[in-house]
Order: sequence, then C-alpha cells, then structure tokens
Amino acid sequence: MPEKKINVGIIGPGNIGTDLMYKILKYSRYMNLKIIVGIYASSDGLKIADKLGVENSSEGIDALLKDKSIKIAFDATTASAHLKNATLLKKAGIRAIDLTPAAVGPYVCPVVDIAAHIDASNINLMTCGAQATVPIVAAIGSVTKVPYAEIVATISSKSAGPGTRQNIDEFTQTTARALEIVGKADKGKAIIILNPAEPPILMRNTIYTAVKEQKKDEIIDAVNKMVKKVKEYVPGYRLRVPPIFDEDKVTTMVEVEGAGEYLPKYAGNLDIETSAALAVGDLVAKRMLEKEARANEIDR
Amino acid sequence: MKSTGKFVRIVDNTMRDGSHAVRHQFTIEDVTAIASSLDDAGVPVIEISHGDGLAGHSFQYGFARCSDEEKISAVKKAVKKAKVSVLLLPGIGTRQNLQKAIECGAKIARIATHCTEADISEQHIKMSKDMGLEVFGLLMMSHMEPPPKLLEQAKLMESYGADAVYLMDSAGAMIPDMVRARVSALKNGLKIEVGFHAHNNLGLGIGNTLAAVEEGATVIDACVCGLGGGAGNAQEEVLVAVLDRAGYQTGIDLYKIMSVAEEVVTPRMPRPQIIDKAALALGYSGVYSSFLLHTYRAAERFKVAPFDILLELGRLRTVGGQEDLIVDVAYKLANKK
Repeated sequence: MPEKKINVGIIGPGNIGTDLMYKILKYSRYMNLKIIVGIYASSDGLKIADKLGVENSSEGIDALLKDKSIKIAFDATTASAHLKNATLLKKAGIRAIDLTPAAVGPYVCPVVDIAAHIDASNINLMTCGAQATVPIVAAIGSVTKVPYAEIVATISSKSAGPGTRQNIDEFTQTTARALEIVGKADKGKAIIILNPAEPPILMRNTIYTAVKEQKKDEIIDAVNKMVKKVKEYVPGYRLRVPPIFDEDKVTTMVEVEGAGEYLPKYAGNLDIETSAALAVGDLVAKRMLEKEARANEIDR
Repeated sequence: MKSTGKFVRIVDNTMRDGSHAVRHQFTIEDVTAIASSLDDAGVPVIEISHGDGLAGHSFQYGFARCSDEEKISAVKKAVKKAKVSVLLLPGIGTRQNLQKAIECGAKIARIATHCTEADISEQHIKMSKDMGLEVFGLLMMSHMEPPPKLLEQAKLMESYGADAVYLMDSAGAMIPDMVRARVSALKNGLKIEVGFHAHNNLGLGIGNTLAAVEEGATVIDACVCGLGGGAGNAQEEVLVAVLDRAGYQTGIDLYKIMSVAEEVVTPRMPRPQIIDKAALALGYSGVYSSFLLHTYRAAERFKVAPFDILLELGRLRTVGGQEDLIVDVAYKLANKK
C-alpha cells in the first residue's frame, strides 16, 4: 500500500524553486508536489515542470490557492512578495515554508529548533549562511555558553543572484539575528564575501565562537555529531577544518557542495536552503499525517 | 618647476588603512592628535574607520580598541576644515552602520567592493547620496581584471550616483603600465572623477600614484609615514613633495606634513613600515595587503612559513576580506608536513 502523502505547492519557479521541485519529486517521503506557480509563462522553471509532468501555472499564487487539496506551500519568491503571499496562505489555511528573508514566521533550522515550530503557520528558513553555521554554534552552545558567535560565509559570485546582491545588508542582519535566536549566542555577527574565482569555489563558512569554557573534547564531539546530522539532509556538508582552540575563541570551518542536480555543484549556498526546505517540509507533512491518523482513530 | 595648474585631492588614510599597521589599536588620543595635525597641514579629506571599513570590528579582521563612532566623532571634533570620510564594504558593514557614521559627522562615504562585484554597492551608494554625502565607489583588487571589465563595473557605480570611482591596488601588485591602462580606461569612459589607491609592496606606491595622476586621476589616497596594510600605502609627505615637483597642487603644506610624520605618527608606530619578504610576496603574488599581519600570526600558530601561506593564497585567487582563508591554508600546510 503506498504511503499517504501531503499535497504541497511551490511559489516561484526560479533557481531555488526549480531545484526544490527536483528534490521533492526525487526524495520526499511525505510530500506530493501538486503544482508549481510563477508569474512569467516564459520561465524556465515552468518549462521544466512541464517536462517532469508537474502541473504548473503562470498565474501566480491564485492558481495554487484554487487547489483546495494543498496543505503546504513553499515560497521561493522575494521578501516583498512573500509579505503578500503570507497573508493569502494564512487565510486559506495553508502552511507556509518561506525561503525568502521576509521572516514573517519564526526562524527554523531543521536540526536545531524545528520541534518548537513544527505547528507554526509560517516557517522561515533564515539564510543559506545561517543554515550552514547555526548548527555549529548550537552544537558548541550545547557544551558551553557562547557569548559571541561570528560567521563568515564565502560564496562564488556566480551563485549569488540579484536577490542576494541587492539585499546584502538583509543577509548579514538576518544571519546575525539567527545566530542569536536559533544558535543561542548572546551576540551574533555575520559577514558575507563574494569570490569570482573560476572555476567557482564551493560555499565555505568560518564559524568563530567565543566560549565560556574550553571543553575541547566535548566541543569536538558535539561538532562532529552535528555535522553528521546536517549531512543527513545536506549530503555535501562537510567539516573543512575541525575546531581550532585559541585562548579566547574556537574556529571551525565547513564547506557545502551542492547535490549538482538542477543547480551546479558549487552552488552549495542554494543547495543548503532547498535541502533545509525539503527536510522541514517532510517533518511538517509527517506531523500532519500523524495528526490525521490520530483523528481518524478517535472518529472510529 | 612648471605648474600644470592641476589640483589633486589627497584623501588621508593614515588612520583607516593605517589602522591595519597598528592592529586597529588607535586610541581616541591618537586619532585626535593625528587628525588635528593633518587638518592644520591642509589635508582636505581625512578617513577614519576600522581598517576593513565600518563594522570591521571582528574575530575575522581584528577587534579595534575604540568603536568607529567614537573615532569618527573624535576626528570630527579635531578638525576645522577637513572633510571626514568613512569606508564601508558591503557584506561587512550595513546601511545602519553608515547612518550612525553620518550622524557622527561623516561627509564622504566610500563604498568598496571587489572589482567584479560593484552591484552590491547600490543600496549604500544611493542612501549616502540621498543623505547629501559625497560618495566614492572603490573597486578593490583592480590588478585582477582588465581595463574593459573595470570600466563596466565603474559605470555601475557611476549609475548609482557615485561622484568618483577609485581603482584600488589592494594587493600592491601593479606596475605603472598597468596603472596607466586602467586609469585611462576609466578616465575616458566615465563622466565622474577617477581615484587611485596604491600599496607599496613592490616599492611602487609613489611611482604608481604619479602614473595615475598623469593619466588623469584627481583623487588620491595616501598615508603619513606610508602606514597601511602590507608594505603600506603611498607615503603622504613624500607624495606631497613629488606632486609639487611634478607641478600639481595639493593644498597641503609640505613642511607641516613632514612634521606630522616625524612628530605625530612615527612615535605611534609599533613597527617600521618596510617591504619585508612577506610584504613583497603580497605584491608579487597579488594578495590583499591587509592579510600581512594575520599571516604572521597564523604562521606562528601553525609553524609554517608566511611566504608559503601567501603564495598559496595567491594561487587560490583570494579576494579582500577572506582573512579566514589564511588560517585554513596554514592549517592545511601544517597538516601536510
């Protein structure tokens, strides 16, 4: 008997939305992709949807709202578009998983704080920099207090789209806040660097943490375990330099290689966002299915 | 000496790029003394910020002794005529930081990006213009790209409203012919002023600056005592003398700026500003000048040669701001041994 799945839709058939479409079709255990919608008929993402046999429309969110079977919508548009979409989705009773920096809902990292927000009507996936670094800060924070966390995300110029470029302040500010809210550092700071080298570099992240106690073995152990957990949904996530201990800080470096399906391998920054979306989507869908099953039992 | 009748505006960077040379440890007393003496010598623009721009205060670039705001306010208070300038690198600092700097008295905003990434400066250039500032766009590591690419990027900054675009020889890797080709491309293709920022890693801080001026650059960075990242910048008191000899006016009193060097800045220098082996390696392999002291620290920490780290960083085509890669490379070199 085929496992029951939750119907979902994607808004925004750009690079992120299209990559997410591939990932849901290929890997999702609990989601059934019903539709992908955009606003330009000429969009590559919609053409690809045609080829893959996924229902699609260039009539925007209205087309998605018409399908009453949809329970979860991924928004891969822009922050300003999501502000409007969020209201419409909420009215329609559709859960929103937001891949823009709009931050309508709580920040969520699949391996850190999903449990607290699993029933939220709107979930925000922070930034790629935060998805890559918050788990490490949280891991170190599980061993000792982290008064200050600072991250440097370096991505290839080619993988930074116009959204990131025109909103670079929002990227650093959102990432810094995520280090505090989700990573639980008292204070967070984020830096982003674009590198145009050819061939394009993989996304690399340096995580500096000021720690209260230099519990070396415990920190190394917590970081290794966390990297393993992230790897489960981002296979290209790896430790590049294990924690280095200096007097006042711990330095850890990770890199992210993309799965290389729709997006090129160097675009690990985009891959980690869509991978997080898939992971969160599956957790939310699974929870919905469990609730439905329980409700059915009570009915009987 | 025949005068060209041309005026070159010097932007003093002693306390900004020079901040790298003192590991960002200038005190309020330091900046007050330096700023007031520069102002008295007739220096028209004085820049003050963390060496890596506003909000550079970090593990990545070094924690400064005093905040940007404290230092900007102190410089503002210390000067009578000079305009106060601040540096901002999008990705490190934000418009919020810029706004605070403006409240403290900044009248010129300099927005710097890697020389292929000018489009990340749009928000910051536009906001500064809207707030009535003079705005310069800075293209860093400009030795890495050919003149047409630099012109394309400079035009973006011009379109956002910049009053001048600078070519930054951040790695001190250019020789005069490269400077001439790049400055003249911008001079011919832009309607706004062209600026130049030298580093002395190949011993060409003054020579390259003179080449830039001869090609039409009219805003020029310099540091008293040649203070700055790597082997330092164009040495300001020397530049004032050279430009005077070449027939350009700067409005700066040569005798006074020489005294600033000898009496105010030299006593505050922790190390002489020379071209040592590692500084030469920066220029030779085209590595961002402010990596120098970070490289020394990583070399000591991981017991590897600074020179080897810098050559590898050059090979990796690192850009400005990637100081974390120094530790990455040093760690890898140490583990290879």
